[in-house]
Amino acid sequence: MVTKTDPRHVRTVHPRLRELLFTVRRFLKNPLSVIGLALVVIFGVIALIAPVLEPPRYPDPYRIPHTGFRIQPSPPSPEHPLGTMQQQYDMLYGLVWGARSAFRIGVVVVAANLLIGILLGLLAGYFGGALDEVIMRVTDIFFAIPFLVMAMALVVAIGRGLKAVIAVLIILGWPSYTRVLRSDILVTRSRDFIMAARASGASHLRIMFTHVLPNAMYSVLILASLNIGSTILTAAALSFLGLGSETGTADWGQIVSLCRNWIVGTPTDRFAYWYVVFIPGFVIALFVLGWNLMGDAVRDVFDPRMRRR
Amino acid sequence: MEPHAEPTAPAAGAGTLAQTRDLFTNFYTFEGVVRALNGVSIVVNRGETYGLVGESGCGKSVTVRSLMRLVQQPGRIDSGKIVLFLNAANRSRGIEIVERTETYMQSIRGSDISMIFQEPGAALNPVMSVREQVGESYRFHRMEQMIGETIERLEKDRQGMAGADPRRALRRMQAAFLRAEREGYRRCAARITAIDDELYGLEERGDAEARDRTHALDRARDRTHPRGGSSAVARRVPVLRRYRRPLDATIHGHVVELLRSLGIPNPENVAQRYPHELSGGMQQRIVIAMALACHPTLLVADEPTSNLDVTIQAQIVELIKDLKRTAISSVLFITHDLGLVAEVCDRVTVMYAGDVSETATVKDLFRKPLHPYTQGLLASVPKVQQVEELSMIPGAVPNLIRPPQGCRFHPRCPMRMDICEREKPATVEHEAGHWVACHRYPGSARSAS
Repeated sequence: MVTKTDPRHVRTVHPRLRELLFTVRRFLKNPLSVIGLALVVIFGVIALIAPVLEPPRYPDPYRIPHTGFRIQPSPPSPEHPLGTMQQQYDMLYGLVWGARSAFRIGVVVVAANLLIGILLGLLAGYFGGALDEVIMRVTDIFFAIPFLVMAMALVVAIGRGLKAVIAVLIILGWPSYTRVLRSDILVTRSRDFIMAARASGASHLRIMFTHVLPNAMYSVLILASLNIGSTILTAAALSFLGLGSETGTADWGQIVSLCRNWIVGTPTDRFAYWYVVFIPGFVIALFVLGWNLMGDAVRDVFDPRMRRR
Repeated sequence: MEPHAEPTAPAAGAGTLAQTRDLFTNFYTFEGVVRALNGVSIVVNRGETYGLVGESGCGKSVTVRSLMRLVQQPGRIDSGKIVLFLNAANRSRGIEIVERTETYMQSIRGSDISMIFQEPGAALNPVMSVREQVGESYRFHRMEQMIGETIERLEKDRQGMAGADPRRALRRMQAAFLRAEREGYRRCAARITAIDDELYGLEERGDAEARDRTHALDRARDRTHPRGGSSAVARRVPVLRRYRRPLDATIHGHVVELLRSLGIPNPENVAQRYPHELSGGMQQRIVIAMALACHPTLLVADEPTSNLDVTIQAQIVELIKDLKRTAISSVLFITHDLGLVAEVCDRVTVMYAGDVSETATVKDLFRKPLHPYTQGLLASVPKVQQVEELSMIPGAVPNLIRPPQGCRFHPRCPMRMDICEREKPATVEHEAGHWVACHRYPGSARSAS
């Protein structure tokens, strides 16, 4: 604190750099955010260096190699460090390349949702009136139909595959963001500083993006970072139901789907195939956990009201 | 309204800066229409501090918000006129703003009229640093000047450098981009001046043809945006955008100077801070800085001291009085503190339930209050040597969805007459410069129809 108020210090360090350093320090102070960040970074690195870790064996790297058609999974062995799934698909390969699919699904879907959701929520909340009414009724329609049922119907209509799953999750995901953002904007827009900004001659566009949005965005950002995890889960659920990617694609949902017949093991040994249940489940859980912890950290760090505490 | 033989409200004169005429502002709520303003007419002259007094909910804030066209949803100015005399060259030429577009209002707000808010803590954006917030005023209204100063500084910088210094080329490039941007602002300003000149002329004619032309001009004015000439692209490209950094430095310099002139200690440091890191008095100074950045002609102060403790109150009042002498022409001061009114104002309007009760100079109002409401207000101010119990006005402010018929004050008035329940009293000039709206004064009953 002494260094902060020292005028020499203020002059030597660029204010933006100082803020950034403060942000980083604030972030690193909380062990949970560090764990979250570490998990996401580890998965990110795995996804990035997937071709090094597991060189692809087919032209399409997302096809999991399989040696033979034996139906029972086999336990970890030197050739298959994490064992194999049904039909001898390699577990490690699937998980490593599946990390890429997971990022693709999670990040693309949530980014697109966020973009659509923020735009519509901002319009609805800030301008109100008929526009608000129309946008909110559309979101009501989306909420009226059960999510998974709608997603299944749409995937069937568009056609199977990872791209179809991504498209469907984008189409169905934005209404919750719009709703959350709109309610925050309704609160923010009636605050005095919005009036003050208007009194100093700010235009609507300027008020929307520099005064309203930065003050109303936190819940939506947290929702987004929490949703990266749950988006992966939904995509996995679709794959599990046989509607996602095609059999043998490196996608975590697909792996779980390949393993679902072996969850209860054999009549004599209930845990005979523990590895096909435990390993992919654990990986998915870690991934989701990482994003959730990051979500909380993002709020603590970027909200000026929280960060100076 | 048919023309009256006698004026029913103070008329605009040569020194008038802002005038509202028979302003009706209503709020369309779920419970019904809240008739917040019931024909408010006030005249603020250049160089005066004008007080608006009344209890909570009497329409003081709605009046000034109407004046700035900042009435919040679901409120609306339903009828009446607001005329501003902002033309520096010809001060008798006013412009009517109820009919103007939002863009027009944006160019006036913060530049010619600005406002200080009641609660300094709430009037500052919590996620913007002080310098960004105060700097916004310059960015909205004084870009041409800011760019000009920046170019000058860059040129001076460049001349001071050795011939081989690579930074010379950089300075030249920055200046070139800024010149292009300034060119855009200049062209835009010239076009707007031309449009405004024509608008002033049309305002005086006021026939149907003039009205059509006015609408066309309004639309043309809306379309005129400073596009920054050839730098329009450059200032959006991530790395090229950096040519604007010297401009940010100029604005920052102005902000720091402004803060210093408002008596804020260590302004460089304060400028970097966020609002919640500052004390209430300091926050109010920042709010004042935002309002004063562009040297407005009219400063609207909406109860600027009600939420501050007494010592800070005194400081802020002193500051506003000082600024009145040096920086701004007129102040419209809203308060419910009669002591403060006596202290700072030249003329005062007392409002009750959306009506103007009485308008007079401070001396007249305190020496010889005419309206029963004003008399009641003054009687309920505690005095130093008071022995007997404090008097008060019985009853409460009426519900403005169903306001009392006739004079809105009649249910609480100790001098009520029969006519008060039936007819709204007109505002009459009982003595020179002393206007009152009450049936007890001759002339009031006559002009009401």
